[in-house]
Amino acid sequence: MAIIKFTLNHKQVIVNGDPNRRLLDVIRNDFNLKGLKEGCGEGECGACAVLINHQIVNSCLYVLANAEGKDIVTIEGFAETKRFAVIKSAFETAGAVQCGFCTPGMIIATESLLNANPHPSEAEIKIGLSGNLCRCTGYNMIVEAVQIAMKAGEGLW
Amino acid sequence: MVKHIIPETLSEALKYLYQGDFQIIAGGTDLMVQNRSWSETPVNFTKNMLYCFDLLELKGINVIDGRVEIGAMTTLETIMNHPGVPSLLCQAIGEMASPAIRHVATLAGNIGNASPAGDSLPVLILYDAWVELRNMAGFRMILLKDLIVGPRKTAMHPEEMIVKIVIPIHNFDFESYIKVGGRKADAIAKVSFAGAVEIEDDKIADIRLTFGAVGKTVIRNETAEGAWIGMTITELKTGIWRLIDMYNQLIQPIDDQRSNKYYRKTVAINLMKDFIDRL
Repeated sequence: MAIIKFTLNHKQVIVNGDPNRRLLDVIRNDFNLKGLKEGCGEGECGACAVLINHQIVNSCLYVLANAEGKDIVTIEGFAETKRFAVIKSAFETAGAVQCGFCTPGMIIATESLLNANPHPSEAEIKIGLSGNLCRCTGYNMIVEAVQIAMKAGEGLW
Repeated sequence: MVKHIIPETLSEALKYLYQGDFQIIAGGTDLMVQNRSWSETPVNFTKNMLYCFDLLELKGINVIDGRVEIGAMTTLETIMNHPGVPSLLCQAIGEMASPAIRHVATLAGNIGNASPAGDSLPVLILYDAWVELRNMAGFRMILLKDLIVGPRKTAMHPEEMIVKIVIPIHNFDFESYIKVGGRKADAIAKVSFAGAVEIEDDKIADIRLTFGAVGKTVIRNETAEGAWIGMTITELKTGIWRLIDMYNQLIQPIDDQRSNKYYRKTVAINLMKDFIDRL
């Protein structure tokens, strides 16, 4: 057992438990935040993505012990920001959401990319989204959504 | 019951390693999958775990006296974006996994995991990279090619830990890295190849060829390389059949879920041939 402290959606939290738990399970079960999903459980699909210190990370591969002191934001926390509003509207405009299972991860990937690189090229967008699988859209609409968000949110990133 | 220790300093970590049998975990992107259990249950680690990802002493990159020193717990994304890191290594890292994994995974983890398909290894071995190992008593430097002795086997002692990867900076005239995998992101290599050549006065001054995922460890043969020193590129091109003969013997891949030995060998040889054709 161990006591792990970190920030979750801008609130200081403490988890007392097995340090070998997956961050995915901690966030979904202990904090009842169900926006992130378990898809593959081995880092290939990106449905479980969260932001750790502003960068996209697969929470299924992230061990609780390594969460100590980190700033962790899930889709629920990110949904309260202006940047989210821009990305949400861009995804709607481009038709980048169908079944929605991958969408929280795709939005986290978009934020991580634009935060590091506010003006990515199409190739850079594809790299930014390369760890996130979508079985509905065929990806073109998601790439387009990122381009729309990039322009509409000029100055936000 | 396995123990879980989160040390605060390197010396504390080394003390634990000295006292008992511990598995060091860095970002965990490999170990979390290898020890994966049922959903919603803790990961099933079978050894005592030492969580070293946040040891500050092991983070960061320094460029000094013609070499790049990379702290063991530096993430792949940080390494890839550092201007002092050799370009071939940046390229190999750029083709590893995905941003979400590169933000967490480490070079030391890729080395410690010692997979025959470890993507950073052909390039690091091409650059003659060294690894600094530390224990409570002191440190030793070992060439990466001597550290990795077989699939998932290293020459590290149980009380030792990788603290640094040291890459001598070398300016080659030609260099190339190619990975063949099932998908552009998140794929484990079926075959990979790295080549580099340095020319002086129209003669080959240095040539290095490495192959990944086609043997128990990275294939590099310094005798085969050395035979071409002092020759011209034209002589290399006309004598390429000799090189192909040699590597046909050295490369002995296996069949597995990702590919088969016939494909691997054919592609490995073709990648080398293509590299030399383009010189």
